[in-house]
Amino acid sequence: MQFKRARIAALMAGAMMAASPVLAEEIRVGLSAEPSALDPYYHNLGPNNQMAQHFFDALIGQDDELRLVPGLATAWKPISDTVWEFKLRPNVKFHDGTPFSAEDVVFSINRVPKVPNTPSPFTIFTRPVKSIKVIDPLTIHIETNNPYPLLPNDMSRIMIMSAKAAAGAAPEGKTTEQLSKGEGLVGTGPFKFVEWVRGDRLVVARNDAYWGGKTPWTKVTFRPLSNNAARVAALLSGGVDVIENPPTTDLKKLRENPNVTITQAISNRVIYIHLDSFRDPTPGIPDAQKNPLKDQRVREALSVAINRDAIANRIMEGLGIPAADFLVYPMFGTRKDTPPIQFNPERARKLLADAGYPNGFSVTLGAPNDRYINDADVAQAVAAMWTRIGVKTQVEAVTRTVFFKNRDEFKYSAYLAGWGAGTGEMSDPLRALVATPNRDKGFGGTNKGRYSNAKVDALLEEALKTVDEKKREKLLQDAAAEAMRDVGLIPIHFEVSPWAAKKGLKYKARADQYTLAHNVVKDAKN
Amino acid sequence: MLVFIIRRLLQSLLALAVMSLLVFVGVYLIGDPVAILASPDATEVDREQIARALGLDRPLWEQYAVFVGEALRGNFGKSFVFGQPAMGLIFERMGATVELALVATVVSILVGLPLGIYAGLRPDGIAGRSIMAGSILGFSLPTFWVGLMLIMIFAVQLGLLPASGRGQVGSFLGLHSSLFTLNGIVHLILPATTLALVRAATTIRLARAGVREVLHMDYVKFARAKGLPERRVIGVHVLKNIMIPIVTVTGLEIGSVIAFAVVTETIYAWPGMGKLLIDSIVNLDRPVVVAYLIVVLFILVMLNLIVDILYSVLDPRVRLGEQKG
Repeated sequence: MQFKRARIAALMAGAMMAASPVLAEEIRVGLSAEPSALDPYYHNLGPNNQMAQHFFDALIGQDDELRLVPGLATAWKPISDTVWEFKLRPNVKFHDGTPFSAEDVVFSINRVPKVPNTPSPFTIFTRPVKSIKVIDPLTIHIETNNPYPLLPNDMSRIMIMSAKAAAGAAPEGKTTEQLSKGEGLVGTGPFKFVEWVRGDRLVVARNDAYWGGKTPWTKVTFRPLSNNAARVAALLSGGVDVIENPPTTDLKKLRENPNVTITQAISNRVIYIHLDSFRDPTPGIPDAQKNPLKDQRVREALSVAINRDAIANRIMEGLGIPAADFLVYPMFGTRKDTPPIQFNPERARKLLADAGYPNGFSVTLGAPNDRYINDADVAQAVAAMWTRIGVKTQVEAVTRTVFFKNRDEFKYSAYLAGWGAGTGEMSDPLRALVATPNRDKGFGGTNKGRYSNAKVDALLEEALKTVDEKKREKLLQDAAAEAMRDVGLIPIHFEVSPWAAKKGLKYKARADQYTLAHNVVKDAKN
Repeated sequence: MLVFIIRRLLQSLLALAVMSLLVFVGVYLIGDPVAILASPDATEVDREQIARALGLDRPLWEQYAVFVGEALRGNFGKSFVFGQPAMGLIFERMGATVELALVATVVSILVGLPLGIYAGLRPDGIAGRSIMAGSILGFSLPTFWVGLMLIMIFAVQLGLLPASGRGQVGSFLGLHSSLFTLNGIVHLILPATTLALVRAATTIRLARAGVREVLHMDYVKFARAKGLPERRVIGVHVLKNIMIPIVTVTGLEIGSVIAFAVVTETIYAWPGMGKLLIDSIVNLDRPVVVAYLIVVLFILVMLNLIVDILYSVLDPRVRLGEQKG
């Protein structure tokens, strides 16, 4: 018996070695979602954007806390209210050896609107641009239509392609389909394209000439493992070395496993509840003549009735940080002194009574059940807490496709959702979530409670045309403070995104939830 | 015969039309693809632009009319998500699924047939009863649970087999398959076993029932009386006669295995078309969902047709012209 076991062990070792002839410098990464294409301007979506960061650089980069850092531009500054000067990094070479210059920037920004059939275009970042002028090979001036302080943030979203390699017969040069096959997929980034078998693997090799310093990994294989259990199993069985989004249900076990290193970062995503502050009466509250949610006291009662610590610790298993703002401090526009929202059911009952609802009312809370970490469970917990102060709450948790449809058709009087601020600064959530919906200004795109506060709108509009950093930060802070005071929405927590790596490796966690091979480092502890 | 085939093809065209309409309306009811595809930052104007680019700004009946018109010319539309022709995406992935389905079918026969015959020969023995009990498990255990258990045991605990993925793909005589490399075969074992389990249980039941019935036939008694060795009685006379129902059922099931290996493919991250279907449903990628179901319907119709025709060849008493449906 003993002998047999030893033989099995030997076989096992043999099989593992045969299955993965791993060099020390090769890693395999398990992703929860695959990019839909490799064209960096095709689909503005997390999985695509994180993959593009391997092949390309933008003029401006974002560090792990989403602060802007020099990328292909070493310096940038406004030289008038509408013109920005970018100084480009000298001696940078594309993967094919050709030097990077201002022409590539012009080509790239001009290519963005030409990409056809994009399901989520990058034109939201290039629309403010009026013209680009090449001053010399390493200096460009970008003129905007109006004073536009967010230009550096927007430029951090536009990857720079090689004008030469991406040239082609189509108006956009190399087409999305060609780029997905690797044709013309030439950037300045830390990795070069090797191959992509859709649904199975995407292989990249190190760019030895990378200007930002070499990563330790000569070859990286990304594998799409959308099933949570399968992704964890792949890590535990040695099929991959690093995975993103290990599910909360397995997190406790993984933390206890000595062969796994968990790292985590507070993300730029806030989980919040939006309330219908528009209709009178509102359909989700059948037993009130008027819409109680239009009363600030009721909204505040619902906010202080939530025990955020309990949700963060028990339901989120530590993957949530109680929130009292749209973004976590110290992101741009947050306040250092933002007080946490105290859990206070007595005060909540009093506020309800003051507003004329001593016996509460009943409400339906909509939520997705497969979009955010433990979304439906969080909604259930909130419902229980609201019910305790007399607001009888029923949860309607549905799959995300149905949820977004219902939300956009204003079917909910209260709904739980999340918002990740891609730019990592305050104007993004303010504009989308609490600014009065206005089609022409592009305000309130996701403000489906149709909350409206003239003071917030005015401060935000002022901030959006204030190029001076200090003044703009103050305006955004004031706008956020006002929206929070008025309970324009109820923040619950900031999501914490975890990564799991096998022993000996560590993932340098990022606030934007991106999984980047160059952020995988050797763990010094081992 | 010809009339039968033509009638059958016309019926399947009708099924195709009904199905495509159902999928169209279904996806429309589930949600708005633009809400899923567009970046949350997108403004109202951006969303309208996306809807226009994808043709989603028109009324549903108009979208369907455009789809039918294009489909009649062989164009099944471009994926909303990938921007590539939907049919092309499916064919790109079909090889992996067909390979998995065929291997699983072969495994299920290799395992199920001997076990079923044995259980039929010794229905009251302990082994025979255990096999039948086992086949009940094979039927009733959910595929995703079996898959995860196999991964836990063979990949995570024992470390013998890879947990997921397709492994290396070799090519031989112009065919691409992971059967041509050791690494590929190692990757195939777990998913193929998972998929084969239910089919093997079916085969066991069919084989056992067949053997029990055939053993009492006169020709078996006669063969035994003639003094033929037991091996020949079972290997030739019994086996031949129990194969007809097994071949029929297996033939029909290949289609459904190809079409609905979805769960297995998801658990094992197998890059087949089942996984594409799941992803496409989640993303409301209607052109891919419709194209997928058209392909599946086509496969099922063809397999049914072939089985029916084979029946008439095997058994002259069957007249195709008189069959309904």
